[in-house]
Amino acid sequence: MTLFVEQCLNGLQFGLLLFLLAAGLTLVFGIMDLVNLAHGSLYMLGAYFAATFAAWTGSFVLGAVLALGATLVVGMAVEVVAMRRLYGRDHLDHVLGTFGLILFFDEAVRLIWGPGGLSLPLPSWLSQPVHILPGIEYSAYRLAIMAVTLTVAGFLYVLVMRTRVGMLIRAGASNREMVAALGVNIKLLYTLVFGLGAALAGLAGLMQAPILTVQIGMGENILILAFVITVIGGIGSIRGAFVAALLVGFIDTLGRAFFPQLLHAFLGGPAASTAAPALSSMLIYILMAVVLVAKPEGLFPAGAK
Amino acid sequence: MSVAVTPRKVVIAALLVGLALLPLYASLSGTPFLLTLFTRIIILAMAAVSLNLILGYGGMMSFGHAAYLGIGGYTVAILAFEGVQSGLVQWPAALAASALFALIVGALSLRTRGVYFIMITLAFAQMAYYLASGMARYGSDDGLSLDNRSEFGGLLNLSNKTTFYYVCLILLYASIYLVWRLTNSRFGMVLRGTRSNETRMLAIGFPTTRYKLAAFVIAGTMCGLAGALIANHTEFVSPAMMYWTRSGDLIVMVVLGGLRTLFGPVLGALALLFLEQFLPAIISAAVRPFNPVNAAKAGEYWQIVLGPMLLLVVLFARGGIDGLLRLLSSRERHG
Amino acid sequence: MADALLRIENLSKRFGGIQASDGISLAIPAGELHAVIGPNGAGKTTLVAQLSGQLASDAGRIGFAGEDITGLPMHRRSARGLARSFQVTSLFLDFSVLDNVAFAVQAHDGHSFRFWSDARRDRTLREPARAALARVGLAERAEWPAAKLSHGEHRQLELAMALAGKPRMLLLDEPMAGMGPEESARMVKLLRELKRELTIMLVEHDMEAVFALADRITVLVYGRVIATGVPTDIRANPQVREAYLGEEEAAHG
Repeated sequence: MTLFVEQCLNGLQFGLLLFLLAAGLTLVFGIMDLVNLAHGSLYMLGAYFAATFAAWTGSFVLGAVLALGATLVVGMAVEVVAMRRLYGRDHLDHVLGTFGLILFFDEAVRLIWGPGGLSLPLPSWLSQPVHILPGIEYSAYRLAIMAVTLTVAGFLYVLVMRTRVGMLIRAGASNREMVAALGVNIKLLYTLVFGLGAALAGLAGLMQAPILTVQIGMGENILILAFVITVIGGIGSIRGAFVAALLVGFIDTLGRAFFPQLLHAFLGGPAASTAAPALSSMLIYILMAVVLVAKPEGLFPAGAK
Repeated sequence: MSVAVTPRKVVIAALLVGLALLPLYASLSGTPFLLTLFTRIIILAMAAVSLNLILGYGGMMSFGHAAYLGIGGYTVAILAFEGVQSGLVQWPAALAASALFALIVGALSLRTRGVYFIMITLAFAQMAYYLASGMARYGSDDGLSLDNRSEFGGLLNLSNKTTFYYVCLILLYASIYLVWRLTNSRFGMVLRGTRSNETRMLAIGFPTTRYKLAAFVIAGTMCGLAGALIANHTEFVSPAMMYWTRSGDLIVMVVLGGLRTLFGPVLGALALLFLEQFLPAIISAAVRPFNPVNAAKAGEYWQIVLGPMLLLVVLFARGGIDGLLRLLSSRERHG
Repeated sequence: MADALLRIENLSKRFGGIQASDGISLAIPAGELHAVIGPNGAGKTTLVAQLSGQLASDAGRIGFAGEDITGLPMHRRSARGLARSFQVTSLFLDFSVLDNVAFAVQAHDGHSFRFWSDARRDRTLREPARAALARVGLAERAEWPAAKLSHGEHRQLELAMALAGKPRMLLLDEPMAGMGPEESARMVKLLRELKRELTIMLVEHDMEAVFALADRITVLVYGRVIATGVPTDIRANPQVREAYLGEEEAAHG
């Protein structure tokens, strides 16, 4: 039972983390109509920066904050130098251009930090287990991740639903002329939005760093999940990203933990052992296929898209 | 179509003839690695030709095409592992498996449009990747080796590198010819018209989805054949063949070479694999005058140059290599 | 009207806060040229979109040649002989003029799962396409890239494509949009000839053309039909004058 509760919490934590990543991706797509494959690279940079700054300053939190700032800066720089020229173009151009950026970032990271991974150790106050329920202990760090992501989710909600900037965000890319006509500096808005997306990705990366190793290619692996979430949730929809991310987080975590046993119960022995690992990894894709058959625009399609 | 001799035609003719004569050159110059390199280029060119059918002519941004390389390859490898060595069984099985996967993925994916389509094809390819990674019997992540290449009785000895090269080359030329005929046929016109203006195609009475699906299956099957070839070439298959970044490589080849052109995919495959081979050396040479100690090492980071190069191609040379050749050719005529 | 070719019953469509079509009912007999007029935003193009199948209605029924086509997808309505032209030119710009029309011919020539023969050498496609082009006066432009045509020629091409499928009825959405007086006059002449062979529903702003061609006129305002009748009656109708014709006369003098 404790295992089940623990896995549920893990699923929740993973889902919330994925939400951060997917929110950035879906925001950028919804507002600038930009498919950004290099989103995973920003996630990776967040982790690498955090590991480095934490080692330099000796403080996990300070390292994290600096890493967030650095990723934000890199994100905005990328927007100004590269992304700007891609707006309004065919999605194929976006895919290729940002694919090129992935190659660039992977190699740049390899050049600067070397091919081996890094690790980001947790400070003692975060690596203690916490008593959350009688008889159930859970990692303080994972709880901290959940707290941070929920806070960010709340902030995003307020931003999108209650502020003028959020209104512009909801107005979407299709109303670009109208937004410009409102006297808004489109260029600046886009840079900031992209920066926000980058910061979200970086935050997800640096928070995930102590749990998984920090290595080149970590971005590519998780980017796929972010894509699946964006598709399931509906492109451009933060709410959709939230629901889909939690769904994916739970199904993936609980699936990997309990699906093999489930298979064993039904199929027994060798068949289950062969099928289990493959099928567990495939669960979220099966979910995505089901959603797309039923609702091709995702669960909460945003606005005019 | 004009009969004039243009730079573009010269280049393409030289390419076709050059590829045909390559084994001769390789043996005469004593550089057998060229044969290996070009066999790989040709097989990937064939995969790119198949992708160009749906991406270039059909306008379907499939980001999961590498899956078919894996499916074709794994079918051959698995059959070989289980004792079926005959190519006459393995290769049709590879085609059938690819066609089936394409049919299912296509039927589901074509319910979506635009970015959704890109992402769903990507995710299905990842599914195939995880499926392969999970097959403990067939090596999981470590992959599966082939003890022997596909056997064709006494007809063909694929272990002979030159024979194998020509088999691949003939199949490449055949697939180019097939794409040529397809894209000019009624079927091809529907496909191309759908890319150009799908709403209009529907309005004039074409049920476009079924044609897109057919094209998707044809492309997947063709790529599955390429997969069977690559399994024979490397005598090894692994899930990494299907990782989504490999699909990205294929897209790069198609666009780099020139979308919607017959020979673009070949030019693109050549260009990309050439860059892979020679960019390191070029970089090392460029760095040497400044920093001789690290020159060799610098070459290892060649992708740091390739990445921005891709972005520049996207921004400024959208027509790819074929586009540049056409530009040169038209200047020639009017200049 | 018992034998209406196109029968529209209570068609409604809402977009958020706007009722684009509000219980539209209309019956067009075979052989009639029926004009639909109304101020901008009256829902004319929305109506055409619903009739052609591009847009699904919220309520109401559409009958064509005695068959209920309300649920049919676009391509099937086209196959049954209901063709449309687009208000905003929608062509295959990276193809030649002849290719464009050939597409329309091909759509009505059975299935297209033919993988081998060159479609551009297929007489059964090319000849009817040339004939349709000749009909609208674009025969000399056949080999031109569609993108190179003038705006007026684009509109002519739109019509050629609608004709190429040998439809029973044409839904023409502002075929004369953006045309100068000479081109409009040519188009009116052409439509007058076509009237004899086809049923036409004509959405137009050009009042001269409308009154020159229409057998009957329907006036649409804010998605609702406010009058249907012969041109003289419509001209005299006080509601129509107030809502619409007054504006038009002021604009056109």
